[in-house]
Amino acid sequence: MIKARKRLWVVLASAGVLVAAGVLAGFALRDAMTFFHSPAMVAESPPLPGQRIRVGGLVIEGSVERPASGGASFSVTDTVADIRITYAGSLPDLFREGQGIVAEGAFEETGLFVASRVLAKHDEAYMPPEVASALASAEAQGALPGSTGRDAWALGQARSAQGRT
Amino acid sequence: MWSAFANPERFERLAARLVPWFGWGAAILFAIGLPWALIISPPDYQQGDTVRIMYVHVPSAWLSMAAYAGLGGASFVYFIWRHNIADLAAQALAPIGAVFAFLTLATGSLWGRPMWGTWWEWDARLTSMLVLFLLYLGYMALRAAIEDERLAARAGAILAMAGLINLPIIKFSVDWWNTLHQPASVIRLDGPTIHMSQLWPLLVMALAFTALMTALVLMNVRNMSLAKRAEARARRRIEGEGT
Repeated sequence: MIKARKRLWVVLASAGVLVAAGVLAGFALRDAMTFFHSPAMVAESPPLPGQRIRVGGLVIEGSVERPASGGASFSVTDTVADIRITYAGSLPDLFREGQGIVAEGAFEETGLFVASRVLAKHDEAYMPPEVASALASAEAQGALPGSTGRDAWALGQARSAQGRT
Repeated sequence: MWSAFANPERFERLAARLVPWFGWGAAILFAIGLPWALIISPPDYQQGDTVRIMYVHVPSAWLSMAAYAGLGGASFVYFIWRHNIADLAAQALAPIGAVFAFLTLATGSLWGRPMWGTWWEWDARLTSMLVLFLLYLGYMALRAAIEDERLAARAGAILAMAGLINLPIIKFSVDWWNTLHQPASVIRLDGPTIHMSQLWPLLVMALAFTALMTALVLMNVRNMSLAKRAEARARRRIEGEGT
């Protein structure tokens, strides 16, 4: 039993060290663990032109232009800052106004973000189509201001971006 | 109270009695959950029928993590108090948890292709889940690599306990860092963001997976315990003949 108690202390002490190391590593690798940068983070510390990064945000309503030559250009926002993105490839099915997306590419000198890849981000809201349309019409009548998952996502993004500064 | 379970024969009897309950429970729950999730439940407003992958993906993910918590907990009990049944439980959980982790990764990939537009991305959630799968494989490989069974059990227990730190990383990766993977829809402080018509079949499926895993683990532990006692008896008989 004395041996068991000794082993218990060794395990607990090691666990403490391991957790501390994990927390430190997590903080040190914060930037590396980030899959994409929000527009607010980009505004805070702008990357060099030509430096490859991923940016993410919600596609601003009415900002999407689809030129006849193909591809699309649009703006994304985290409600703090905006980024204009142009993309020549074909967009994923979930791409639409108000949708969260992640674009991989680099900024030009002009501040335009040229994407080589666009991924759609799905949010945490799951519901049948009837519920979605009922919610949308209720929101249109002003009965339910901003209660869908997409708005929650934008708020969360904005909050985490502010927490980082 | 705990030492009662450390008696192998008593544990075997208990397991033998429990297995049919969990086995039949799983069968009944799957008979309800599968048609409910895959046919009756409504399609999603954005994902359409692709949402049905979630009914396998999410329970698999939960159980791969629960199995790892069990593996780590059993390893802890074995390492401190040297209860052999705990070591058998750890050994029994590893391959089963690995299968659920693999299912999670595979179904997630199948979902990611049509929804995100990619099979795989190195975001924090996906990567930490892959690490969980590799931890299971590493645990089994480590045990298989060391011939001395006691040493293998102790080394494995240390690896399994250290790997526990990955569980909160998986769970909170979507909150701590920007990830491509969406945040939690069910287990969150402000209540589920999934509609009831989709949440209920998900919960039934999760219960079905849990019952299935419990039955499999109990069967696995019982078999290993029986095999171990049979081996010990055979060894005694040979030694007895030798003298």
